[in-house]
Amino acid sequence: MEPVGIRLENVTKRFKGDVLAVDNVNLDIEPGEFMVLVGPSGCGKSTLLRVIAGLEEVSGGRVYLGDEDVTTKLPQHRDVAMVFQSYALYPRMSVRRNMGFGLRMRRTEKAERKRRVEEVADTLGLEHLLERRPGALSGGQRQRVAMGRAIVREPKVFLLDEPLSNLDAKLRVTMRAQLSLLHQRLGITTVYVTHDQVEAMTLGQRVAVLKDGVLQQVDTPTNLFRHPVNLFVAAFIGSPSMNFVQAQVANGSVSFADVTIPLPDDSPLAGSDRQVVLGVRPTGFSISTGNGLPTIKAVPDVVEDLGDERYIHFDIDAPRVDTEATRAAVEAQSIEDILLLPEDKARFTVRLPMDTPVTAGQPVTLAVNPERLHFFDPDTGASL
Amino acid sequence: MSTQTETPRDLRIRSRWSPHITTIRYIALFALVCLFLIPVYVLLVTSMKDPSQVSPRQMWELPQSLSLDTFRTVWPRLENGLQNSLVMAVPASIISSFLGAANGFVLSKWRFPGADIVFPLMLFGMFIPYQSIIIPLRQVLADANLTNLLGLALVHIIYGLPITTLIFRSYFASISDEIIDASQVDGAGLLRSFAFVALPIALPAFAVSIIWQFTQAWNDFLFGLVVVTRATDWPATVALNNVAGSQVVPYHEAMAAAVLATIPTLIVYILMGRFFMRGLMAGALKG
Repeated sequence: MEPVGIRLENVTKRFKGDVLAVDNVNLDIEPGEFMVLVGPSGCGKSTLLRVIAGLEEVSGGRVYLGDEDVTTKLPQHRDVAMVFQSYALYPRMSVRRNMGFGLRMRRTEKAERKRRVEEVADTLGLEHLLERRPGALSGGQRQRVAMGRAIVREPKVFLLDEPLSNLDAKLRVTMRAQLSLLHQRLGITTVYVTHDQVEAMTLGQRVAVLKDGVLQQVDTPTNLFRHPVNLFVAAFIGSPSMNFVQAQVANGSVSFADVTIPLPDDSPLAGSDRQVVLGVRPTGFSISTGNGLPTIKAVPDVVEDLGDERYIHFDIDAPRVDTEATRAAVEAQSIEDILLLPEDKARFTVRLPMDTPVTAGQPVTLAVNPERLHFFDPDTGASL
Repeated sequence: MSTQTETPRDLRIRSRWSPHITTIRYIALFALVCLFLIPVYVLLVTSMKDPSQVSPRQMWELPQSLSLDTFRTVWPRLENGLQNSLVMAVPASIISSFLGAANGFVLSKWRFPGADIVFPLMLFGMFIPYQSIIIPLRQVLADANLTNLLGLALVHIIYGLPITTLIFRSYFASISDEIIDASQVDGAGLLRSFAFVALPIALPAFAVSIIWQFTQAWNDFLFGLVVVTRATDWPATVALNNVAGSQVVPYHEAMAAAVLATIPTLIVYILMGRFFMRGLMAGALKG
């Protein structure tokens, strides 16, 4: 079957009590594309997915599957399949009947139903579990049954709502790779919702970042990482997150604390004189070798060894960037990134190779790659 | 070496007074059980005593002989009533439960505008005393030619709706919306979501609802007496009242009849009770 695209035109969803969950979203998903919707909890990503499924009415705008306007169509007439966060398997049905339910509802012939269920069960390694009830399955197996139930239908579109979030960390990584493979093999247009930016980056051909119901940026993972359009996307994408500091641009260079970094000549900011938020990824640094790159002197207070790389943390003698955007992004990250001790100084995290000789408390000189600096407007958060 | 010869030690964590506390606890529990079972004891023993030994004064006297003769005497007088009750209570409980399930489903999982007004209105029905509607009820049924078992069953079906709706609404509210969402995406509409997905999950609610409704319908006396005209249509409770007699009360017969009349509700409880102990939702969600 030819894959179909999904087009959202000015989609707005307002819940009772005037909560604006989705605010005028325009999104064009290519046929066969793997699109990830990502954002902190409450950003409207799940609502958007449910709008595509037809489980939620829009308050404004249009939804197209292929060329067909499905805005007011019932979910059962949209030919989409959905995998839920809780899997939502039918508890009183065997795995076989769970997987065949969609076909049964669409009055597929019994023999055909059996053939397709068994074929999919085979590819997912569920063939020996077909007669079991969901209650007798492990978490990973239930997850696969939920996937199988969606695949059997051979729908126009797959909608996945945080399907991996109930699995343990190891299984999640394997399942992630499996999902990618599955998508390559089936080539069905897929929309995947997650709050985990690592999942988003690894799975998505394109990623749509949402915040407070507003679409922030839709791009490939690489572009999101390299060219975030605003402070929120910059802070949200990447782990550990980007380092931010209040800085001053003047005379073709940017300065904060006692550090001055000359801007590249082609930088659009080269001629201006203004306050900015400077962002540098943890990977934008290296140990200075005296090769002419601008340097920062730092005294790491924490050194974390991860086996093949180490993270060092240190304070910068400049005010911390604490805007609504960075806070929202930090809150969306996993717990490890939330500050235990509130700080008023900017704090940097830098990733270095394992063999770098650093000890907590000993000063080091770090080189900064000027190509990897990001600048944002302190008021609007927009990338400069 | 020495550890091998040591006798196994009691490793339970407990307070110093533990052995005494346990003893006291069991004595107290036993005393309470006895207190609660006294009426049952009197009921059973009186029904099996010799008629000459039965009177309020001899109530506490131990029986000299036990026999089932009394049961045999009252059976013919009760048989028809028991049959009527069964014919009326079984459909009354099953139909009322099904309607309650449908109500509960649309009030919690397939909500319609105004559901929040309709549900409290239905619940009001639970608080209308039988006595206050009995005259108009009888009048309506008489006009509709329904002063028989069918009419009685109908009354119990309708009077049971508030409680069965409440039972199913609460039960459906406790199951995940995502299961119903999934069935919709899978292609089922309202009816098929209800029939194929919601109903099978609701077995524990059915057990509760049927036990409740059956007991209500079976034990009801007032409606049975007022609604049903012909003596051949009287339910067991009315028949029981007639056994209990007029001037002289034959206690042994009344008690034996009462024992017989209790058996069906006990059977229903024993049959259905195990369903609501079991977690039928196991494994549907992440678990």
